[in-house]
This record gives sequence, C-alpha cells and structure tokens, in this order.
Amino acid sequence: MSATPALRTIGRWISASPIWAFGLLWGLPLLYAVWSAVHPPAYSTEFALNAPLTAANFVDSWNAAPFARYFLNTTFLVLFTVAFQIVFATMAAFAFARLRFPGQNFLFALLLLQLMISPSILLVWNYREISWLGLANTIPAMGIPYLGSAFGIFLLRQNFRTVPKELDDAARLEGCSLPARLWKVYIPLSRGTLIAFALTSISYHWNDFLWPLVVSDSVTTRPLTVGLEIFATPDQGVQWSLVTAATLMSSAPLLIAFLIFQRQFVQSFLRAGIR
Amino acid sequence: MERHPVAGWLFVLPATVFILSFTDLPLVATLASSLYTAPFAGHPGHYVGLDNYNGLIADPAFRQSLWNNVLYAAVTVPAAVVLAMAMALAVNAAIPGRAWLRLSFFLPTMLPMIAVGTIWLFFYTPQYGLVDRFTSLIGLGQINWLGDTSTALPAMMAIAIWKQAGFFMIFYLAALQNIPPPLREAAALEGVSRFYFFRRVTLPLLGPTTLFVMVTAAINAFSVVDHVVEMTQGGPDNASSLLLYYVYATGFRYWNTHAAAAATMVLVLILSLLAALMFGVFGRKVHYR
Amino acid sequence: MNRITRRSVLAGTAGSIGALAAPGIVRAATVKELTFFYPVTVSAPMAQIIDGYCQQYAKESGVTVKASYAGTYPDALSKAITAIRGGNGPQFSVLLTSDIHTVQALDLVVPLEDIGLDAADRKWLDGFWPAFMFNTKVGGKTWSVPFQRSTEIMLYNKEAFAKAGLDPDHYPTDWKAQGEAARKLTNRTGSPQTWGVQLAADITSGHWTFGALTAGNDVNLMNDAGTEVFFDVPKSVATLEYWVDLSKTYNATPPGVTYWSTLVTNFLRGDTAIICTSSGNLSAVTAGAKFAFDAALPAGNPTPGTVVGGGNVYIFKHASKEEQKAALAFARWLTAPERAADWSIRTGYVAVTRDAFDTKTMQDYIAKHPVAGRPKSFLPSARGELSTFEDARIQTLLENHIAAALSGKATPAAALQAAQAEATAILRRYKNM
Repeated sequence: MSATPALRTIGRWISASPIWAFGLLWGLPLLYAVWSAVHPPAYSTEFALNAPLTAANFVDSWNAAPFARYFLNTTFLVLFTVAFQIVFATMAAFAFARLRFPGQNFLFALLLLQLMISPSILLVWNYREISWLGLANTIPAMGIPYLGSAFGIFLLRQNFRTVPKELDDAARLEGCSLPARLWKVYIPLSRGTLIAFALTSISYHWNDFLWPLVVSDSVTTRPLTVGLEIFATPDQGVQWSLVTAATLMSSAPLLIAFLIFQRQFVQSFLRAGIR
Repeated sequence: MERHPVAGWLFVLPATVFILSFTDLPLVATLASSLYTAPFAGHPGHYVGLDNYNGLIADPAFRQSLWNNVLYAAVTVPAAVVLAMAMALAVNAAIPGRAWLRLSFFLPTMLPMIAVGTIWLFFYTPQYGLVDRFTSLIGLGQINWLGDTSTALPAMMAIAIWKQAGFFMIFYLAALQNIPPPLREAAALEGVSRFYFFRRVTLPLLGPTTLFVMVTAAINAFSVVDHVVEMTQGGPDNASSLLLYYVYATGFRYWNTHAAAAATMVLVLILSLLAALMFGVFGRKVHYR
Repeated sequence: MNRITRRSVLAGTAGSIGALAAPGIVRAATVKELTFFYPVTVSAPMAQIIDGYCQQYAKESGVTVKASYAGTYPDALSKAITAIRGGNGPQFSVLLTSDIHTVQALDLVVPLEDIGLDAADRKWLDGFWPAFMFNTKVGGKTWSVPFQRSTEIMLYNKEAFAKAGLDPDHYPTDWKAQGEAARKLTNRTGSPQTWGVQLAADITSGHWTFGALTAGNDVNLMNDAGTEVFFDVPKSVATLEYWVDLSKTYNATPPGVTYWSTLVTNFLRGDTAIICTSSGNLSAVTAGAKFAFDAALPAGNPTPGTVVGGGNVYIFKHASKEEQKAALAFARWLTAPERAADWSIRTGYVAVTRDAFDTKTMQDYIAKHPVAGRPKSFLPSARGELSTFEDARIQTLLENHIAAALSGKATPAAALQAAQAEATAILRRYKNM
C-alpha cells in the first residue's frame, strides 16, 4: 500500500494491457474497414500516416448502386413489419395473459413453435405461398411471414401477467371495454417491454438477408442487405474502398442509433433475451 | 382469468393467422412435399415415401453440409460462451477505458451479417488482406483462407464467433452485476483465492445465463447462413456449406423443391431437439426475470 | 411511410388483377406493346442504354417495348418462371445462354423456326459468330438470339512480361510455354510479391474457367442435347492436371480456389501478371490499368481455345403468335450491325455478328482501342459453355470437385470421376425424356 497513486495507475494500465490488446484485435476487422473507407483507393491497404482523408468513397459507392432506393426499401420493410408485429403481438399477448377462451392452450403451443422454427427456415414453402398470393417481389412480402411474432407474444404475455390485477379490475368496474383496458392499463405499464421488443425486432429486420434475397428480385424492392451483397461481389473486380464505404453506410443507421441510445439498446436486448 | 370465448379469439386472430400460415402450415406442407416427387416430363408428382430422404443421404453435398454444421456448432457454441464470459469478467473489473472495450466487443453484434461478411471478405483476401499480411509478417506465408478446403469452415466459424460473442457478453455482464457484493467481500476477508471464488461462486451463478447463451448460439449455428451465401457459396468442395445453405441452394439455385423440403425437415428435426433440450432438460433451471 | 407502403400494396393488387384481364385484351389487337425481362445488377448504365434502344425502336416501328429490370440472371429466370406460371409473364427475356436446357425442361420457350422464319431471317441468323450459336442452335432448332455475349480471355501485363524477359507481343500458345512464362513472372520472395497467373475456380465461375482450358485441349464437356457430360475422359483429366500443375509444378498460381471477384483487382494492383477473365471486363481494365496490357487466347494443348458465355434473347411459348413475331422483329432490330457495334462499344460485350465488326463505328473504335478488337480473332477458336439439364447443379458439383483437386484433397482423375458419376446420376432421367 506504499505505492503512490501515480504508480498504482500505471500498474493498472499494465495489468489491463492484455485485455486492451485483445480489445484492439477484436476491433481490427472493423477498423480495417474504416481505414479503407475513408482513404483514397491507393491507400486502401497501405498504412501510411500521411494518407489523406476523403469522403469520395462514400459518394462514389452511393452513386454506383441505387443505395438511396435500398435505404428506402429497408426503412419501409422495417417500419411495416415492426408496426404490425407490435399491434398483433400486444393483442394476442393480452388475450393469452388475461382472458380465457376455448382452445387457448393448444393454440398457444402451436404459436410457440415459431420460437424455434423461424419462417426463414421454411423458406421453400413460404416462397411458394407468397407467390400464390401474388406478392413475390414486393416489400410487404419480405415482412408478412414475420407479422405474427411468437416471440413478441411470449415476451409481452410474461409482462402483462405482472400487471396488478387490482388496476385492471378498477378499469373494468369503471366500464372500460377490453380494448380500452389493454390501452389504458396494460400498455402504459409495459412500455419498457414494448420498446425492448421493438428495438430487438428492428435490429433483426434491418439485418435480415436470406428471406429478402429469395423474395426480392428488383431494385424497387431489394433491401440494403441484399443490395450490399450484390455490390460486394461484382463480376468486374471488387473495389474495396467502395465496398467498405458501402458496408459502413448500410450499417450506419443502426450503429449510430446504438451509439446514441446504448443503454436502452442493451437493456432491451437483456429484457428480450432472458426468456 | 375472465371467460371471453369470442373476444379472446378476436384478440389472438391476427397474430394467429400469420403464425399459422407462415410457420405451422409451411411446416406440415414441407413435411408432405418431402414425401412426393416433382412433376416431371408431363407426369404429375407422386408419393415416394422416404425416397427424397434416401436421396439426401446419397448426396455427398448433403452429408458434408450436415457434418460441417455439427462441427460448426460444436466449435462456435463453446467458443462464444467462453469468450463472452471472459469479456464480461474483463470489462466488469475496474480497468481503464472499459467503456471503449465494451464497445469494441459489442459493435460487431449491431452489424448486419452481410456487412460482417464484406468486412471479413476484405480481411481474409489473399495478398493484401490484413490476416494474410500478418501471417506473412510472422513467416507463416500466405493462407488462402476462403479458397482452401481445410480453412474455409474455420474461417466461417471465426466470423460467427466474432459476430455474437459481444452480444452474449452483455448477458454475462448483467448476471455478474447481480452477484451480491457482500459475497465477494466476505470471500476477500476469508482469504479465498480469486480462482476459487470464480469456480465455486461466480461460475454456478452464471449457470442459467450460460444455458441461455448456449441454446441461442446453437440455434444461430443452424439458422444463420448469410455469410456463406455471400462469401463462399458453400465452396470450395462444399467445405463451408451448412444445412440451411444446402436448403437454399437446392431450393432456389437448382429448383429442386422436394429435395429442399426433405433437407428442411432434417433442419427442423435438429432445431426441435434443441428446443426439447431447452424446455425439457434445462427449462427448470433457466431463470425468468 | 404509410402512403408509400400502401401504394406498393395497391400496385401489387392492381398487377394481379391486370394479369387476369390482360392477355385477352392485348392479344386480340395487333401487337403495340411488348414487355421483356432484362437482367441488370447495378441499375444505371446498362438500363439507360436499353431504355434508349426501346425509345428508338418505338419511334421507328410504333411498337412500345418495355424493359423490366430483373436483377441477376438467376433472378430474371426465376422471375420469368413465376410470372409465366402466374399468367402475366413477359413475351421475352434475356437469360443465360447456358440456361437453354433448363427452359426446355420447363417448356417455357419457343424455337424461332416455330414462330416462322423467312429467307431474310435465316440469313440474319447465319450472320452470328458460330461460337455464339453453341447452346443456341440445338437439335436443328434455334432456341434464342445471341445478344450480350462474352468470351473467356487471358489478360496479361506487358510490362511484367518485358521485365521477366518474355516477349510482350506474343502470348504463349501452348500449355508448357504458358506455365514456364507464368513461373518466370512469379516472385514470391522479394517485394512486391506477384503471382504469374490467376484463374478463378469459385462457385459459378469455376466451370467457365475449366471450359476455356478444356477447349484448348480439344474436348467438349457435354453433348449438344445436354444429357451427357465428359468430365472424366482422359483429355478432361489432363486439363485439370495442368491446372493443378500451374500451382504444384510451376509454382505460378496460389494453391486452392481463387475467387472471381478478386481477379481484376489483383491484376490492376500488379499482384498477378496474367488473369483468365471475361472479355466483358476489357473496358473496366482499360479504364483502370496503369500499365500496358493485352488480351490473348488461353494457351492450349497444343492449339489455344476458349469458351463463350453471356445471355441470349429467349421468346416465350405462352405469348401469342403475333407477340412472338413482334418479339422476333425486335430481337432482329437489336442485333443489327450498327446496334450490335454500339452495344459492344458501350458495354464491353463482344459484337455478336461478323457484320458488326465491319461497321465504321466499330472499325474506328478498334483503331483507337486495339484490345477491343481481339475477341474477333478469338471467336473462331471458341466453344460452348457447359450447359446441361439442371445446369446450375451440374456446374456447381463440377466446381466442387475441381476445388478438391486444386486444394490437393483429391487427384484430378479421382475428382473428375466423382463429378462424372454424380452428374451422370442426375442426368439419367433426362436421357429418355
């Protein structure tokens, strides 16, 4: 205990250095991509301290493929999907948590199947259904199989069950209808869970790839992930500075949102994760 | 619980319609179509029993995809668990700059798998990719990570681990923060070694989190193939092909939907076993919040 | 967001209602409007050129032709299948030439002879490069019209050749000379490190590279009917042995699989002195190269040869006779010498007819960019791309076994025997169809 505070700080840094080295290693792929994206192509793989910074790669990749359209497509896809998911899941969760109706348990078991087998596993048959509905290559088609979310129902049902019965009874005695009770009592008390579900779902659908790849086949519907995949594996030789710039651009909205709302995101993932 | 036979059904109806139509119905239909052949040369499809499954077993690409996927899970699941736990323990301690460390560990989680794929495609490129430069620097020479049958699958595993370890870290962090400080203080007073404390106190308390992480990582190992589609298309020589990729290629590149249906059912069987494991064996031990 | 989402939902509905009503109405009148699928991945330049052609054609003929941009080649095919099965498909589409047997099996296309050809039409069809009629003319019938076509070529760095003491004006013509040249061009110890040659073997490109090499060994990989493959014949095996030797014996190419998308980048960086790539990349390389380069036929054993690729115009069976006739007229207009030359200059594809090379536009362009004229001399040595029934599956399994040989996991003979056995099993049922 005789060490001075300064020495103690140095000691702490030294003992932390292996962890720091590991943290740096972990960040390397991303840092390499950032390096290549913000420097001229000549420097994309050359590390020189005097390498000039540039935004040209972002501009060029933005113009080289219809990324503006892809952004729009993904935004619509995510908003459409998550909005319906929340509404449908809230309604169903309320009924499963607080109402009794015939076939309830059997139905609940059927729905929970989706927790393990997501629609994207069943893509062969789901593609067939979407084609029959005449919806192939539309933006809704990429969201429709997910509109009923067993995960959302499960999560919200757990939460609704913790809502004090007395509050609900009071609302009922005041003459509130079922929808009104859901709206006035349950939803306000479940805001955290709703946000948790929304953020988890937004992250999932912003990043979803395989199902949209199967369903979309034109610029007007293709989401960012599929657009990026096509852009990153071109016939005419890959230009890494453009590809890394496009990669960062496509991930930027979610990354920036995360950096701003870090705590909320982490809390949401925790809440949604522990089942 | 109130009895509301009609209202109850109305409330669950929208979600039910979508889940039944796009999960349960496809499941049954996939099972059914895996027992039939496709129409061919003017003849309608007909019932063939397990022929499509026999066809899968006879297909070296399928056998390899199944084996690859088992290996892939066997490596990525424990690796993600151990790394996530180590990361959490590291950044839970009062070390300088731990907010930055957490960010470095967690950021890959927020990227789309496709973006992770492009980044690692660049990272792995022979000659000027960072991995290759590093290996030639230390005298290992060039390694064609994605182009060699022996390294393609490990390269895919590294990506999966990199992408998800940070995500699991936050669950361990939360669990660590739930360990009551008095426990640690008492242990310190008794002169218990840090390793002993970790083995006898911390580790058991992290048990439920570990189960959750393992099941999630296992499900991911069988249901995320975006990087395979983007980076190797299952090659070289099927070295990096996973089950869901096999389903995708069979169904949407070869248009062999009945074989794809049979392969889907194998995947469903595996996922169901994982589900049974989670809800049955481990179910009682996983804690609820 | 709400408004636009709804609009796209409505558009979907309108589309499917229109689909039920459309055929009867359109087919009753003389054809004034045609729709076709055109595969483009990156929207801008190609789509604009095609739109320009369509406008010009409308002015000249009064027929409106609408291009629907369908993404990649596989996208276009699956979209066409789905749309035609749904009853609202286009009248024609640009699809991979090698998809011929796939569309035959699906009974989607009509041979041009069945639409009706007059003497002028026949003369027009005779004007295409014979190489482009592989996989196009099958069983005595013409199943499509060559349009955006390419051929596999070797691009080599002339400066690197000169530095290595090789003749930059003459690319080696036989395998051994090519291997020795590549060995001399390789530098794995000093700096900068370079490979002599790189050839792509990843999924979707491996069979094409192999096709170019086997053409140089005077062997076809399949029969015309697309029901039989010749992967394990001695000449095919010798070809794969040579490919493996480029790495094993000559130490001139990296072991394992090289990815197609890295080739041009590596060549432009000087990481490799020779690449085997598509003539479609000539314009990209011309724009990016900071050194003198040239194109050549891949060396052969002993005569150089290569393979063709790219897309043709297919006319669909479900269209009415009048629509088919109108589509054929458009295809003919699209491949007229002046247009074919213009298309070639603006896109980098090879001009599909001999006459196109003789137009003044093309002559002037070649005078300025001699390398653009090279493919003309390559085409007489070119063969058809591997094309069979279930071609995506057959191509992929061949690529996987080639990869096994390149990785040293199997001998070339064993790899190709396995590929032969798997392919034969798949193709069996098509033999007696």
